[in-house]
Amino acid sequence: MNSPILSARGITHAVGSGSNRFTVLRDITLEIYSSEVLLLMGPSGSGKTTLLHILGCLLKPTAGAVTVAGESTQSLNEEQLTALRLRQFGLVFQAYNLFPVLTATENVMVALDLLGVAKSAARDRAHELLTLVGLGHRLDGYPLQLSSGEKQRVAIARALAGDPPILMADEPTAALDAEAGLKAMKLFHMLAHRLQRAVVIVTHDPRIVHLADRVMWLEDGQIVLSPRPHPEVSSLGVGAAL
Amino acid sequence: MSSANDIRILAEGYRRPPPARQGHSDLTLLIAWRNLIHDPVRFIVTLVGIAFSTVLMGIQLGMLLNFVHTTSIIVDHAGADLWIAAQGVRSVDLATPIEERRRFQALAVGGVAKAEPMLLQFRPWKRGNGVREMVILIGVDPDSEMGLPSLVEPQMSAHDALLVPNGVIIDRLYAEKLGVHSVGQLVEINDHRARVAGFTEGIRTFTQSPYVFTSLRNARLLTNLSDKDITYVLIRLAQGHSEDAVARALSKRMPDIDVLRREEFAEKSQNYWLFTTGAGITLISSSMLALLVGIVIVAQTLYASTVDRLPEYAVIRAMGGPRPYLYKIVVKQAVIGGVLGGTIGLGIVTLIAYLLRDSSSPPQIPVWLASMIGVVTILMCICASLVSLKKVMDIDPVKVFR
Repeated sequence: MNSPILSARGITHAVGSGSNRFTVLRDITLEIYSSEVLLLMGPSGSGKTTLLHILGCLLKPTAGAVTVAGESTQSLNEEQLTALRLRQFGLVFQAYNLFPVLTATENVMVALDLLGVAKSAARDRAHELLTLVGLGHRLDGYPLQLSSGEKQRVAIARALAGDPPILMADEPTAALDAEAGLKAMKLFHMLAHRLQRAVVIVTHDPRIVHLADRVMWLEDGQIVLSPRPHPEVSSLGVGAAL
Repeated sequence: MSSANDIRILAEGYRRPPPARQGHSDLTLLIAWRNLIHDPVRFIVTLVGIAFSTVLMGIQLGMLLNFVHTTSIIVDHAGADLWIAAQGVRSVDLATPIEERRRFQALAVGGVAKAEPMLLQFRPWKRGNGVREMVILIGVDPDSEMGLPSLVEPQMSAHDALLVPNGVIIDRLYAEKLGVHSVGQLVEINDHRARVAGFTEGIRTFTQSPYVFTSLRNARLLTNLSDKDITYVLIRLAQGHSEDAVARALSKRMPDIDVLRREEFAEKSQNYWLFTTGAGITLISSSMLALLVGIVIVAQTLYASTVDRLPEYAVIRAMGGPRPYLYKIVVKQAVIGGVLGGTIGLGIVTLIAYLLRDSSSPPQIPVWLASMIGVVTILMCICASLVSLKKVMDIDPVKVFR
């Protein structure tokens, strides 16, 4: 079995203090592998988004350790964690959070700019990625001129720009209709299986469960359902599903 | 994504990103520019604020510079290396009489090539309509080499104009104020008759009492001072002698008078009017006020723009963007505003200075002052961005997931 690209051991996270202290996550342990799509599901307030923050090195847990590509994050300071996110993670946000003042191409270029890629090379790469996600005809479109599905594809292209081994998405289908949501999910699945990315998705959407390799169900900050990891998974037969 | 085929293309067509190169030109300037023009009304307000601040600063500092130059114009243009004056002199315009024998004493000191007298006194000038104006009467020997004005009308030397009986020379700028229309016009100074013998151009006064040049003999007559009275001895050094050494020798020979180098006397005159009368302080404080107004305007518009963009900045942090990347965006916004607003402001200042060039107090905007104002404007905008930087510094990338 491959070693996990991302692992969490004994993650506990609490907020507040004194009598107002509230434990959001309790002793979560999990491993995430390349070439798999992991869904984090659960009712509102179950702690899935907090877990995504912690796995994505956006938030330090109260207790426990996160290891990314073999590197422990426990002793890293904020700027080191930021640099780690840049190298290891591609993020797709619920509201896409594209720069409204930049075109689709320029939005993707920002991710490459952060990596220090020269402008002309970044532009070529952005065009290539946007074309690959089906937006070759909207390269110069501003977010306001794009549909929700198109915005999301720009966000995915942006997340892919730096070639990160881990992709994380927060409710990626929430703003999409059923068809667009399914297409987006198929895209994530393809990214995991063809490009060997680890994809972690927080969702409420039961329509996309069949495209996941694993589903973790959280309730009250604890994992209550988690099938055994299967890093080589491809049994869902993406080609057939498409 | 229209079909499964597209996704296959994605998988098959996917390549690694190009290698990173450090030190390249980044996108922060583009983002900064787009942030600014995204809200054109706010951007225009910002530019107007910066331009307004630059105009205020430029005019005030230009007037201050004119003020400084004008307070020492007589010293600066007389052509003397050293000035001998009554002890404790505070400004060239506030002269106390000394005896003319000081001139002869000075000539006896080694290193003195020439020592020429000058008499300077405030006296009333009576216009044809009876209104009195104070003037600063300057008496110089027509044969002098120092302290003579240059005439623009009529076409004759100052020497010849000063030889005109009872002749006085005034500046064109003040002709109207003094009720003078032409050369040859009779006027009244301190109840004595005088005749306008010529005009100078550009010899301004900051006291609103115009300079009036005449011969030393006539000046004594017009001021009712004795034949032995003068107010300054202007010294020109013999070649190869240092100002300091000759000044020391003169002071030793005449310990009860002041011997001042030209720069020293000019600075003394400037400082007196700048710092003891409050005029300079007023101009300086107005300039500071303009700077503050600019900072406040820029700070608040930049802050509003930054707050609007906080979600995007949080995204950059979440994506792994270091804080300096965000600082660059904010500071570049400020610099763009400073450069554009400052350029507009300096253009207006230059226009105002041009339109006022013939007034009695025109703002002086030399290239060095314009450059300095430009730099100060940009620094002002950067200072104004500090408030926004604090906001950016506190960005929590987790917020983008909420």
